[in-house]
Amino acid sequence: MLGFLLKRLLQAAFVILVVTLFVSYAVRLSGDPAIMLAQGAGSVTEEDLQNIRTGLGLDRPFPVQYAEFLKGMVVGDFGRSFLGGTPVSQLIGDALPATLALAGASLLLSLLISIPLGIQAAVHQGGPIDQAIRIGSLVGLSFPNFWLAIMLVLLLSITFPLLPPSGWDGPMSLIMPTLTMAIIFSATNVRLVRTSMLETLGAQYIMVARAKGLKNSVVLYKHALRNCAIPLITYIGLQFGKMIGGLVVVEKVFNWPGMGTLAFDAISARDYPVLQGSVTVLALLVVFANLLVDVAYGLVDPRIRNG
Amino acid sequence: MSTSPIPVIDAKAASAPDRWRHLRSLEFILGVLLVGTMLTLALISPLIFPDLGTRMDLAARLTAPFTEWRHLLGTDPLGRDVLERVLLGGRVSLFVGFVSVAGSVTVGVIVGLIAGYYRGFWDMFLMRCVDVQLALPFILIALTFISILGGGLGNIIIFMILSQWVQYARLVRGLVLSLREREFVQAARAFGVRDLSMVRHHILPNVLGPVVILMTLNVAENILLESSLTFLGLGVDPQIPTWGGMLADGRNYLQTAWWVSVFPGLAIMLTVLGLNLLGDWLRDRLDPLGKV
Repeated sequence: MLGFLLKRLLQAAFVILVVTLFVSYAVRLSGDPAIMLAQGAGSVTEEDLQNIRTGLGLDRPFPVQYAEFLKGMVVGDFGRSFLGGTPVSQLIGDALPATLALAGASLLLSLLISIPLGIQAAVHQGGPIDQAIRIGSLVGLSFPNFWLAIMLVLLLSITFPLLPPSGWDGPMSLIMPTLTMAIIFSATNVRLVRTSMLETLGAQYIMVARAKGLKNSVVLYKHALRNCAIPLITYIGLQFGKMIGGLVVVEKVFNWPGMGTLAFDAISARDYPVLQGSVTVLALLVVFANLLVDVAYGLVDPRIRNG
Repeated sequence: MSTSPIPVIDAKAASAPDRWRHLRSLEFILGVLLVGTMLTLALISPLIFPDLGTRMDLAARLTAPFTEWRHLLGTDPLGRDVLERVLLGGRVSLFVGFVSVAGSVTVGVIVGLIAGYYRGFWDMFLMRCVDVQLALPFILIALTFISILGGGLGNIIIFMILSQWVQYARLVRGLVLSLREREFVQAARAFGVRDLSMVRHHILPNVLGPVVILMTLNVAENILLESSLTFLGLGVDPQIPTWGGMLADGRNYLQTAWWVSVFPGLAIMLTVLGLNLLGDWLRDRLDPLGKV
């Protein structure tokens, strides 16, 4: 187990190195931040530019800058925003909870939708309910998430003005982004629940549970569902990267004050420290989630840690 | 990350009762119709509309849909015909979708074959790439690079290939690993069949099915990706009519002109749905064990 843990930790560290290298390199490609910083300041001499570069540490070679960035990352220091000089870590600290809240709420809602539907599909395998759920999930998979978001705004804020269209305006603001993400997640999750349910329902202990005379709902939701949990959690962990990608786009549509909006605003303002910091933190989040799922899985299933 | 089994595909779909066969066939026909229509439109629309959706009928700005024959789906705030732009908009999405997948398949299948067949360095390299690919939120990395290097068709396609070839390589590697142990491959080896010929005649034909399924679903996914990037203003030149770009425009007029946002989105959805229907049908036919 210790060996497995060590191996997974090394893998995670490797991934983080690659990601940060990508992002830092991309940010360096952006040209000279000194010129951008100086743009508002009227006439600028070459000497001023040089001072700004030295101040930002941009005059040093890339490996040194990258090492500095890594060193800062370990203690949570991502430098300061080009705009206003707020520490990036503070901006991220403000935005991260909003993203996590949205991710958590969407995941929860999607499980509440997909677990009962997936179980029904598996129980009525091949029947009309199963077919309807399968086609429903295909349609759900085909929605562009940002279009779904726009259509919800059209329906629930413009045609029927029930919910605030964007931003943070009390807990009601959480509903539409959550609904958008939950619909998209559910389309994949429902298939997964169905498949693992089908596998579980054939098992002998299910027959025993039924033979004991347990109620159907107890057999399904207590005995069978518990065994579906492992593949479900694994798959969600594996999809976490894609999930974050979708989340970021939906955040932008709803102007949700989370990491995605932070990153996009940084892009349009060419505020590279913020962009670098937020992308790095999101990637760390994905790596961490993957690691967590794998370690948990390894604890439960010895085949994984030895494989 | 590469170690966890992912049982996502229903292994038993193949045994669905026969009375639903008709539904399946219907879905297949619908899929072919949708994808075929979109492809045809993408090919012929520039011939029908030689001004490529830039013509403005300023007198008919913000015409509501289904009120005038000349502007069946209405016009946008600049008086451009929505139907015309929706028909033209498919070109970019479909082009990006198909070209990026063609690129990813080429790279992925070659690396996967080498990694699975010879193991060793390429195998290790591939598995580390798989780790990285699974951990990267692609859209974020793409955003970072595209916001700096600029969007455009070429960059988008390159990023898609860079991030997606791994899926094919991983799939092919897994299939090759199990094929290597099969009797017909071992027999061929005993007969002294050379590596290249072995791969061509015995391995490749057996990995084709799953690869084709993944390709279909991947084209769908990339159409969604391209439209999100363009929607966010990081994709294709806004002068060219694209579905994502039209949605980004239309979003600003949601209050007054819902049709500008509804129809391009519907076009994306129908295209992607068509591809997903095809993918599902193919999976049912070619991959009953759920390897993709």
